[in-house]
Amino acid sequence: MENMLKNRYDFILYYDVENGNPNGDPDAGNMPRIDPQTGYGIVSDVCLKRKVRNYALYAREGQEGFDIYVSEGAVLNNKQREAYEATGLKTKDNKDDKLTAQAYMCQRFFDVRTFGAVMDTGDFKCGQVRGPVQLCFSKSADRIFQQEVTITRMASTTEKENATENRTMGRKYLVPYGLYRAEGFISPKFAQKTGFDENDLAFFFEALQNMFELDRSASRGKMSARKLIVFKHESELGNAPAAALFDLVEAKLINPGQPPRAYREYEITLDKASVPEGVEVLELL
Amino acid sequence: MGYGITLHVKGEYALFTRPELKGERVSYDVITPSAARGILEAILWRPPLKWVIDQITVLNPIEFEPIRRNEVGSKISPRNVSAAMAGTAVDLHQNPVEDRQQRASLVLRNVEYLLDAHFTILKDKAGENDTPEKFYNMFLRRARQGQCFHRPYLGCREFAAHFRLMEEDEKRPVSYYAGESERDLGWMLQDLEYKQETANKKQLYSYTPYFFRASMKHGIIQIPQEVKL
Repeated sequence: MENMLKNRYDFILYYDVENGNPNGDPDAGNMPRIDPQTGYGIVSDVCLKRKVRNYALYAREGQEGFDIYVSEGAVLNNKQREAYEATGLKTKDNKDDKLTAQAYMCQRFFDVRTFGAVMDTGDFKCGQVRGPVQLCFSKSADRIFQQEVTITRMASTTEKENATENRTMGRKYLVPYGLYRAEGFISPKFAQKTGFDENDLAFFFEALQNMFELDRSASRGKMSARKLIVFKHESELGNAPAAALFDLVEAKLINPGQPPRAYREYEITLDKASVPEGVEVLELL
Repeated sequence: MGYGITLHVKGEYALFTRPELKGERVSYDVITPSAARGILEAILWRPPLKWVIDQITVLNPIEFEPIRRNEVGSKISPRNVSAAMAGTAVDLHQNPVEDRQQRASLVLRNVEYLLDAHFTILKDKAGENDTPEKFYNMFLRRARQGQCFHRPYLGCREFAAHFRLMEEDEKRPVSYYAGESERDLGWMLQDLEYKQETANKKQLYSYTPYFFRASMKHGIIQIPQEVKL
């Protein structure tokens, strides 16, 4: 296991949305999520994890070890199963069932290895796998404005509807512009347990940068990863509190008087001089 | 008790799920001793270490916010995993579109706590060099530098906790509820007792929840110690 993770990482991802809905709120009729206390936009952790999973599905389709446990839609890569059957992983030893099953799931599924999973049904509990990667809710740099757009459709669903002059009206919700910041953590001790190695880490960062490029849809608008700042700690346990590191990075409006409509209206600063000893800053994007 | 510590923890969100309201999760008003123990264990834990929470100080006003998310309805069945490993063709994937549940969570906002705790050493699991001094100093070193085994969290992993060691001579922040003589928080989960037994050559896992009547006096909740855990 020479590829094992030996450093703690804390990271910040800035991404933005233009005329789109980054994450609908099922409680609010799919309006963009908003922090009701402040008016800042939020995006849930699971929303971003979904995109990482999807990216892994596209980018590493069919590759051993990159199967996705929580997959969307039909399962096309059943072929992988055969590969696993062929390797002849066996579990007849009752005592170690739990650990063997966990190891199998980690080895086969990228998302189990990365984010963890709950295996807790049936007669024997397999406990849960806690993955090394932990993501928090994203928050926008400024208040967002939720806009409701009404649209019409020229065709109709039923014959009856077609007979009338009325056309179907629909609704879209969008944020004209929002710069969001996601914070995350990678714990090497968990990585060593699930087998999430340096290659997986590199792939995970690749996914963060590219996942929006493969997630185009009518509702999303233009979403792009803009900046990925990674704090690499020298030690496994870390060399500085994450909060102190996150405070070094700030996104500020260049012209605070005007509502932002583009990324160039923001300036993201990183106070490099204050980075504590033992922490290396990697600006991956 | 000699080796007590005080940890200052805070976060933007927190969800300490009430066991009776788990479908659509509702948080307790404050952090549970069980969740507090989890935070300490995220910083330092070894098999002989047993963290005991002595008191919890609630620094910020208790505020709730609802969040609804799309979630997956089922868990991985270990039976299927075993079958797949043994070579049977079963599908291990989950399909979130077919197995979707929209579930709301009533979460806490902007929480900040002081956790007073100490640890005891379990003799039967301790090695020769496992002295309380060693663990105490390890904890202090890690907490001062912001080191952790894994990122601690406030009930759920998406709600990360930031922590800071309170030094002994440091002035303690004043609770928002310092002026309130008493508030009954009702019955709260204290902790779960996990057991692993072998019966008829089969591994059996069980856990027993323990509850306590939480009462906040001037923002401080004393955690009873007499509960068997």
